[in-house]
Amino acid sequence: MSEIKDKTKKMEVSRRDFIKTGALVTTAAVVGGCGISKEEFLQQHFKELTQEDVKNIKKRLETEYEKEFGKKFSVSFKEPIPQTLFGYGLDISRCIGCRRCVYACVDENNLSIDPQIHWIQVLEMEKSKGVNFHHANLHYDREKVPDDDHFYLPVACQQCENPPCVKACPVEATWKEKDGIVVVDYNWCIGCRNCMAACPYGARHFNWKKPSYIDPKTKKKSELNEDTHYLGNRPRPQGIVDKCTFCVQRTREGKYPACVEICPVGARKFGNLLDPDSEISYILKNKRVLILKEELNTQPKFFYFYAT
Amino acid sequence: MTIIRFLKESFKTVLKGNKWYYSWLALLFVLILWGGSGYISQLMNGLGETNMKDPVSWAFYIGNFTFMVGVAAAAIMLVIPAYVYNWKPIKEVVIFGELLAISAVIMALLFVLVDIGNPIKMWHMIPFIGKLNLPNSLLAWDSIVLNLYFILNLTIVSYLLYTYFKKKEYNKKFLVPLMLLSIPMAVSIHTVTAFLYNGLAARPFWNSALLAPKFLASAFCSGPAVLLILFQILRKTTSFKIKDEALFKIAELMAYAMFINLFFFASEVFKEVYSNTEHLVHFKYLFIGIGDNKDIVLYAWTSVIFSFIAFLLFLIPKTRTNFITLNIGAVLIYIGVYIEKGIALLTPGFTPDVLGQIYVYRPSMVEIQTTVMIFSIGFLVFTLLTKVAVAIIFEDLNIEALEKKRKKV
Amino acid sequence: MMKNYNKYTVILVSLIGFIFFVTSLNSSSETKEQKKTEPIKKKQKKAIEHIQVPPPPFSEDIFPCSECHEDMEVNKEKRILEDAHADLIGEEIVLKHDEENRWCLDCHDAKNRDKLHLADGRLVDFKESYRLCGQCHGPKLRDWKKGVHGKRTGSWNGQKKYLLCANCHNPHSPKFKKLKPMPAPVKLRSK
Repeated sequence: MSEIKDKTKKMEVSRRDFIKTGALVTTAAVVGGCGISKEEFLQQHFKELTQEDVKNIKKRLETEYEKEFGKKFSVSFKEPIPQTLFGYGLDISRCIGCRRCVYACVDENNLSIDPQIHWIQVLEMEKSKGVNFHHANLHYDREKVPDDDHFYLPVACQQCENPPCVKACPVEATWKEKDGIVVVDYNWCIGCRNCMAACPYGARHFNWKKPSYIDPKTKKKSELNEDTHYLGNRPRPQGIVDKCTFCVQRTREGKYPACVEICPVGARKFGNLLDPDSEISYILKNKRVLILKEELNTQPKFFYFYAT
Repeated sequence: MTIIRFLKESFKTVLKGNKWYYSWLALLFVLILWGGSGYISQLMNGLGETNMKDPVSWAFYIGNFTFMVGVAAAAIMLVIPAYVYNWKPIKEVVIFGELLAISAVIMALLFVLVDIGNPIKMWHMIPFIGKLNLPNSLLAWDSIVLNLYFILNLTIVSYLLYTYFKKKEYNKKFLVPLMLLSIPMAVSIHTVTAFLYNGLAARPFWNSALLAPKFLASAFCSGPAVLLILFQILRKTTSFKIKDEALFKIAELMAYAMFINLFFFASEVFKEVYSNTEHLVHFKYLFIGIGDNKDIVLYAWTSVIFSFIAFLLFLIPKTRTNFITLNIGAVLIYIGVYIEKGIALLTPGFTPDVLGQIYVYRPSMVEIQTTVMIFSIGFLVFTLLTKVAVAIIFEDLNIEALEKKRKKV
Repeated sequence: MMKNYNKYTVILVSLIGFIFFVTSLNSSSETKEQKKTEPIKKKQKKAIEHIQVPPPPFSEDIFPCSECHEDMEVNKEKRILEDAHADLIGEEIVLKHDEENRWCLDCHDAKNRDKLHLADGRLVDFKESYRLCGQCHGPKLRDWKKGVHGKRTGSWNGQKKYLLCANCHNPHSPKFKKLKPMPAPVKLRSK
């Protein structure tokens, strides 16, 4: 009898331990969630925000970022420009695979340096095999580019008209804007990564850790871009998905995306598909274009073309 | 007031047991603590503690999730043969099936929870409060059917045990519809989970119409494998009675299910190999490896070979009715399906990735720890629930007996 | 006929656009806000001028050419120059641009040393060298004018900045030199 009692006691001890651990785990969960504020925790879905909410969120984020990064940020909520549908053209016959765009994008969009996130992935492919991902090399490392036997295919978000990622998201944290840009509300994303499984272009990237802006090798700290958009390049929290937004913070102000500006060979073209006189409309009318994985019916607004 | 009594007595029962029971619980607690320490570091530092990366963005956790959904579904689907063949201990079979289902669903849900990058925002998935993307997102559907399934089974089991406890007959009008509903629900959780993969046109490895049928077939193997062993244990340690014939019948059904599973598998292999399109590359990665990346090949073949051996063991009457070969078969099936629905389903779907690049994934220590934690929690839940159920059904734990005891004192 | 018609519309529309632009400067900020939400009007758009950003890429101290060449006698005989301008720019100009058929004075004008000339003899300023290039590279010139060949920066719906052919292509050797690529992304490995 007493033996049983002893055991019961032991059991109770381990039960208490269990409860304690449980409490610890819960606390850790809250802290692990970066100790987010009540306002952030309760923030509503982007499409349900009132003007007042927007003002408060803008203020909250700007203060938060200033505190964290020691400089003034502006977080824009600028809406799509009416009568605008963005399209992108990339001249495969021009691209030399120099990866300038990759790093211009990193700088412009405050992408995490460690762990490394690249929204643009430049693939090297054999000229004799054509556009074929199974012979593509993302990690080509050459003294000089372009290589004579290879061509280069940079891939980022294709801004599909029929985006499978948007369909996949269980909480509507990602959607297609009126100007055709597929955006993510980083404050609404739960980090389930269903969109990443759904994307046929590897365009969605997860913040596996809190983004760090210090190069792990050189220890060099990179300067953040303080001109941000809520749905674009503002500093991201840990555990959410981000993606190319056609530089929404720039393009909604009329500027070209950063990758267009940097490209040394002018292979990158950008404009309004609804404007018959835009560069992109000219390309669609006069050049042969190809879209990636057209059999999936994603209807990309990213067009690869051969100008020559 | 009986309900408080019921809960109190259940609680008491859970605390009582022999030394084997206590050591089992102690082992589970140790494993939970060890695994929990890994999970805490993941919570602190993010999913970067796992070996998942952008190219392989779902892996060990979601593999385990899928397997557990299968177990949960099959545990209930076993109710069908129990009815069809009119097994004697039908109520018992149903109850233990339900208990297994509940534990498996809890594990499945936990595997999703630990895979979420931003768990604090999980409330966005609560219908009406958050913003569930219906009818578009299969993940939204999956969360709904899994939670409904959980609630449904919990209701059935608690109601059944509670009426036993009260020594009353259960209300057929209430219970039978729920029990009948649980069967299509069981099919639906596994089907929706299959559709979650199946609907992804970006991933040809999963984008096969055979996926959902294959899921069901393999679940019909793995779920009963667990129950087969469980029933034997219960029969030895409690007054639970089930005829050998019933167990052999389960094994026979598993043989048919395994045959269908293997047939589906062969059909898929034929289609991929013969047509030899670029989609073959995922099967290549799984069964041959690409270049030096052969990590997963051993597991893939283990799964196929184990499944095939188990199929033969369960098909041949002599080995099916021998408890040694029967149990070997059950273990082989369990391992075979665990690999097939886990790592051998997930990583080849993501490797090579959509841009043809290869990242060789293998689970990190933190992932293994967290998985051990969830398995231990699942076993713990199942042990405790079974303890209460056994006491109520076989050990005369009910209101009348308790009153009698009290009067005696 | 069609071409002329187009030219006139462009001029007309530009004029209207300019007036529109000037008046909009004077209007209050309120109406400006309103305009932002209106669709971009064709008239407005056509008025957008393209701006040439960098000047023609001359080597240091090399322009105007007349500074040295004015007093030199012109030898119009087609020949391969030795050490062409090596003293001035540190490296010899080697013609790798249809050199079998062409030489210096096919593009550079022999009389007006600070100008280029077209095939028909018309003089062209260095700032308009694209007219010269377009004589052979017609389709490229057409694409370039539309902003499809070559680099456009600035604004996709407003003022665009453009580069001359010679800003990217060395006119004497127009094929692009190879570049050192930026670092490859980190290779992912399981821990």
